[in-house]
Amino acid sequence: MEIKIQREKSVESFEVSHGITLLTALYEIKEAQDASLTFSAGCRASVCGTCAVRVNGKEVLSCAYKVQEGDTIEPLQYHPVLRDLKVDKHKAKETLTKSTAWLQSYQETSLNHKDEMQTEKQTDCILCDSCYSACPVLAVNPDFLGPFTLTRAYRYSIDKQESNAKAIVDNIQTNGVWDCTLCGECTAVCPKGIDPKMDITMLRGISLQHGHTDPSFATQSFGTPDFGGGFGFDPNGGF
Amino acid sequence: MIDVLIIGSGGAGLTAALSAQTAGASVLVVGKTYPTNSQTSMAQGGINAALGNINEDHVSSHIADTIKSAHGLCDDDMVRKMCADAPQTIEWLEQLGVPFSRLDNGKSGKETVAQHQMGGASAKRACYAQDYTGLKILHTLYDTCLKEKIDFLDEHYLLNLIIKDGVSKGATFLNIRTGELKQIDAKSVVIATGGYASLYHGFTTNAYGSTGDGVAAVLRAGGAVSDMEFIQFHPTAFKHSAILISESARGEGGYLLNSDNERFVDELKPRDEVARAIFSQLQNNKEVFLDLRHLGEKKLMETLPQEVALCKLHEQVNPSLELIPIKPVAHYSMGGIDVDYALEVNGIKGCFAVGECSNAKVHGANRLGGNSLLEISAFGKFAGENAYKHSIYASSKSADDKQLQEDKAYIETIYKKENRINFYEKRVSLGKLFYQKVGIVRENKALHLALEEVISVQVALTQMGIEDKHQANNSNLIDFLEFSNALLLAPTIISSAIARDESRGAHFKVGFEEENKDLQKHIVLQWKKEQ
Repeated sequence: MEIKIQREKSVESFEVSHGITLLTALYEIKEAQDASLTFSAGCRASVCGTCAVRVNGKEVLSCAYKVQEGDTIEPLQYHPVLRDLKVDKHKAKETLTKSTAWLQSYQETSLNHKDEMQTEKQTDCILCDSCYSACPVLAVNPDFLGPFTLTRAYRYSIDKQESNAKAIVDNIQTNGVWDCTLCGECTAVCPKGIDPKMDITMLRGISLQHGHTDPSFATQSFGTPDFGGGFGFDPNGGF
Repeated sequence: MIDVLIIGSGGAGLTAALSAQTAGASVLVVGKTYPTNSQTSMAQGGINAALGNINEDHVSSHIADTIKSAHGLCDDDMVRKMCADAPQTIEWLEQLGVPFSRLDNGKSGKETVAQHQMGGASAKRACYAQDYTGLKILHTLYDTCLKEKIDFLDEHYLLNLIIKDGVSKGATFLNIRTGELKQIDAKSVVIATGGYASLYHGFTTNAYGSTGDGVAAVLRAGGAVSDMEFIQFHPTAFKHSAILISESARGEGGYLLNSDNERFVDELKPRDEVARAIFSQLQNNKEVFLDLRHLGEKKLMETLPQEVALCKLHEQVNPSLELIPIKPVAHYSMGGIDVDYALEVNGIKGCFAVGECSNAKVHGANRLGGNSLLEISAFGKFAGENAYKHSIYASSKSADDKQLQEDKAYIETIYKKENRINFYEKRVSLGKLFYQKVGIVRENKALHLALEEVISVQVALTQMGIEDKHQANNSNLIDFLEFSNALLLAPTIISSAIARDESRGAHFKVGFEEENKDLQKHIVLQWKKEQ
């Protein structure tokens, strides 16, 4: 059967076998048809986070997707394409660093199974970057910290062993929790079933507890002297 | 000049980096992928430490179990060190925030870490984080590295170590993104590049990249490798894709059946015995299946949801209704770079090796489940500290660029070479050859044939090259270099297996089915210097 692959300059068609994963299909092509086809891959078992691509506009792990006749394969969005399906994922390191998504200050505390379950899903993240590719905010604001970073920030901020959650919360205010539109595209594509949208919603609540406010709400209410027109809430109009 | 250059960014490399930097070293971690892509992510079961959180346990029991499993081929002192370090290693991981599974015992700190039983252990000793233990340790280590501002150089492929008068001075790398070659000078080097089980291409649970790059580099640089013949096979992987089916599938009550619908082995025996029993069925032209049907859909979805999904994806089988076709496959390389008590490579001063690439002689002839994650974290720390100590008194005079120039010339010849034989096809046939002749059950005649065949492939390597002549992001070139490394290691495995006329742990030889006391020793290999 035939599949189409977005390469550097054009979309090319290739013949591959039926009933195989996309990753196996990519290797079929590389090993026997075109050795220059470039893509990233690792474990074949959906844990190393290397092989995410887009199929017909939706993010999947190549190793966990059964390729279908006529599929169109493209590299992830909002990542510089290095070659064919291979993209530059260094941005992950930047956003993780900016958000300081790590254990700031350890404190020994009592823990139980319920505590483990609080972050069980969030810590399944494999950093495959699928959610970044699906996030429409990153299309307009490349500095947005993005779904997986905020999920990770949430995971550490609610860890009972963290004695300084505020430090993390403070670092995700700019281009962070409030910039998300809660569209849920990230949740829809996560191969591990993580729900960044919910995590971001929770982080907003935590941010408020730490004295932060929704900047868009602040601007709308008090910030702009221009009360007429615009898109904000107009306190003089209509009540 | 950097104090400590760490090659490999999996769990062992990251741990070494953190400990070297904490000790006071300037550190650089260089890897061929991104840190979180490494093989460590695939470790599921757990990390051993005699915490005794569930039932009575002692470091001495952990030591005894490890030594027993090693079949006389470990170094008792190294085992003692690793097992004794285990509780404090868990404590350290706790303090970094590793999200371990927890008990409801009303306690705090590491006493709440859940532990379960693994094969060969006399207590519930394996600390786990659901069935993602490796993944969660790896990602927490990475988060900590970002916190501690560890320097990374991703997508740089190790070419060679730079050696001057038997002392390591750094290494040469290919920048995969640009295709340029680079020399990195360092006072100490830590190799943490992973194992070589992907030599069994098509018959391994390992990622494509587990080609023993660091082990091959050490061999080329004049260092020693040892126990290369000891490769652990996992009994249950999917027949077609070789993807691992967790041992918990049998733990939950799964049966093994052959094509005559007969059970042929006690499914809960140690890995090597079950693997051999399955292999002998396959040799007799019988298929082997894992049967989970009797567990029922409800229980399967509760206890083995990942396995159910993998079955459907990779074997097109619904495990609650159908049998799952399986085969045993190469899983872990016990042997590797020969190191001393400080994890310093025998034959190369100032160069340390840790993790699956090294042979610290803690696994011996058969690794115990849960000891590999322990090794990378406990010994990772030790390697980092020792590398730092070496760097304090090491000369800061850089090596010349002789190695770099040689490597540049070599890469150029690969580009110029005519590609008459497709190495991807050879990679497949080498994997098959190893599985059949250097696999679970060995025999001298077959081993000799395998050696001849490997040598003929080595000769044919001159006619293999790359189709893709791009400089930047050339994965065809990386695949070729990886294949060359695997091919370089192939004869070390076979010749060690030939020399070992006995059966011990993972090494089983027809005609020599018992352990031979005279062979209770390591087979160490080193290249002779050309005169």
